[in-house]
Amino acid sequence: MRPALLRQVVLFLAVAVVFQLLAVAGGQVFLLTQLTMSLYYTLVVLGLSLLMGYAGQISLGQAGFFAVGGYTAAALCTWDLAARRSSEWVAAAERTGLLTARTDAFGALVLTVHPWPSLALAVLLSMALAVVVGIPVLKLKGNYLAMATLGVGTIVYSIPLGTARLGAADGISGVPPFPLLPGISVDGSPRSRIANYYVACVVLAVAMLLLLNLVHSRVGRALRAIHGAEDAATAMGIDTARFKVRTFVLGAALAALAGVLLTHFNGAIGPSEASVMKSVKYVAIVAVGGMGSLWGTLAASLVLNFLSLRGYFGTLDDAVFGAILIAVMLFAPEGILRIDLRRTLGLAARGPRAPAEPR
Amino acid sequence: MPLLRVSSLSKSFGGVHAVRGVSFDVEKGMIKALIGPNGAGKTTLFNLVSGFVLPDAGEVRFDGRPIRGVPPHQVADLGLSRTFQNIKLFAGMTALENVMVGRHVRSRSGFLASMLHLPSTWREEAEVRERSVELMDFLGIAALADSEATSLAYGQQRAVELARALASEPRMVLLDEPAAGLNMRETAELARLIGRIRDRGVTVLLVEHDMSLVMDISDEVVVLSYGEKIAEADPGTVQKDPQVIRIYLGEEEC
Repeated sequence: MRPALLRQVVLFLAVAVVFQLLAVAGGQVFLLTQLTMSLYYTLVVLGLSLLMGYAGQISLGQAGFFAVGGYTAAALCTWDLAARRSSEWVAAAERTGLLTARTDAFGALVLTVHPWPSLALAVLLSMALAVVVGIPVLKLKGNYLAMATLGVGTIVYSIPLGTARLGAADGISGVPPFPLLPGISVDGSPRSRIANYYVACVVLAVAMLLLLNLVHSRVGRALRAIHGAEDAATAMGIDTARFKVRTFVLGAALAALAGVLLTHFNGAIGPSEASVMKSVKYVAIVAVGGMGSLWGTLAASLVLNFLSLRGYFGTLDDAVFGAILIAVMLFAPEGILRIDLRRTLGLAARGPRAPAEPR
Repeated sequence: MPLLRVSSLSKSFGGVHAVRGVSFDVEKGMIKALIGPNGAGKTTLFNLVSGFVLPDAGEVRFDGRPIRGVPPHQVADLGLSRTFQNIKLFAGMTALENVMVGRHVRSRSGFLASMLHLPSTWREEAEVRERSVELMDFLGIAALADSEATSLAYGQQRAVELARALASEPRMVLLDEPAAGLNMRETAELARLIGRIRDRGVTVLLVEHDMSLVMDISDEVVVLSYGEKIAEADPGTVQKDPQVIRIYLGEEEC
């Protein structure tokens, strides 16, 4: 690991600890719930930041991938197979640990897919969708790409809304806890609030570390080159289509992971998670955070999502994010919080440069 | 066997024959220039050779291998690198990073290896950086390494673009009007550089308007007019060719 990047991530975790301690000291532990949710939403936004801020490709369908993850997990983990226990397939799946049995509030046996295989399937499904959609759609540029991804987002939104099995407008509730590690599970009970906050922090920190490594690598350079001058990138041997699709798929995987974990945390998911307005919100956050700045995006996402979840924007929530997007595009297309932690904190993210001397 | 063989290449855009039945060879280790008045089809020919535009007819062979229809990123991978007439540096990246992108085809780290920052990745990254700095040093622009590429002076941007094209260690570079926008001193410097690039074993094919540069450094010159080849010879012979004189100086009035 690059020490400088590792230091940045450790610093992030330290700040997270300070927040937790302050919340406890101030008797406001309930705030950690919204912070946890913001951390998961930030995972979604980081994936989009890679696509938009680095590769320069817009997507108005990011919420769709979150929803694919969340709905897959919710559907699989609430799909009661107890009545079909006699079936050979179900029995075999139970023996291999793919299924998990529990008793519901009335003492009846419930047999559903275990959250781990459901997580794997959710992420894979989202990535598969990203491949299928990304290959044709990412051939488009600019406004056309925006419109096409908007179309994809709209289609994904209409699926849970129109499917009774997915709860239609009500969504799916009663999603069981996710037993992540012995003694730690992702769920919404007030008792595990602090543990869940840290789970989200660690998941985000790990994702951040991987993405920071990525953007400071050959791949990151290739993505920025695509953004900077696409045909010159092609002339340098970069298979631009392939890099765009892979970035899209990575973003979809992160969104799906966030969708799964947040759905277990909330115990439910509704169709609004897939709505186009959610995607616009994510785009607005990336815009505020600064194109090509992962830390800026992270900061913008945590603050804006937290304020939004706490209800500070009230019924004007969507309007606020719309206004933010317009304001950023008009006055600061490079982003407001373009935080360069390297410079601000004097941490060199890149390796030492060879001495540059004039000839 | 010539390094590059262009045979009967044709391309028309909506009825206009941009390139019509053009054939020529470029031998290994030579500097060859393509000249001709505006609209003669020089840039189109470049785009055909580098795979950016698909020809209507004809063939391009690079090192004996047909490369017609090969996508441009693979052409680069084969060892044929190019620059652009209107410099296309990557905005938002330093000069060094621009050159490092040039080494894309000489490095392998993909998404997973990069995210995990495997030992192979950081070794490769160090090598990419080292070779890029070395190359900038060779071209005398090492001092510009940390400057934002698109904020550099025009001549410097040309040099960075040249470094980027050479970073892939190509066997051949296509230079599209490398002297455009350069002053006389910079052009003289460029001529010297192109010579040194050839001395490194890189074959050079360039499109150029600056006659003094072309006549100075080229081993052979191909003259295009209205998409057709009208002459191909060493610079001295081309300069004396009546047909070439006519297209450059206009018809003699009788």
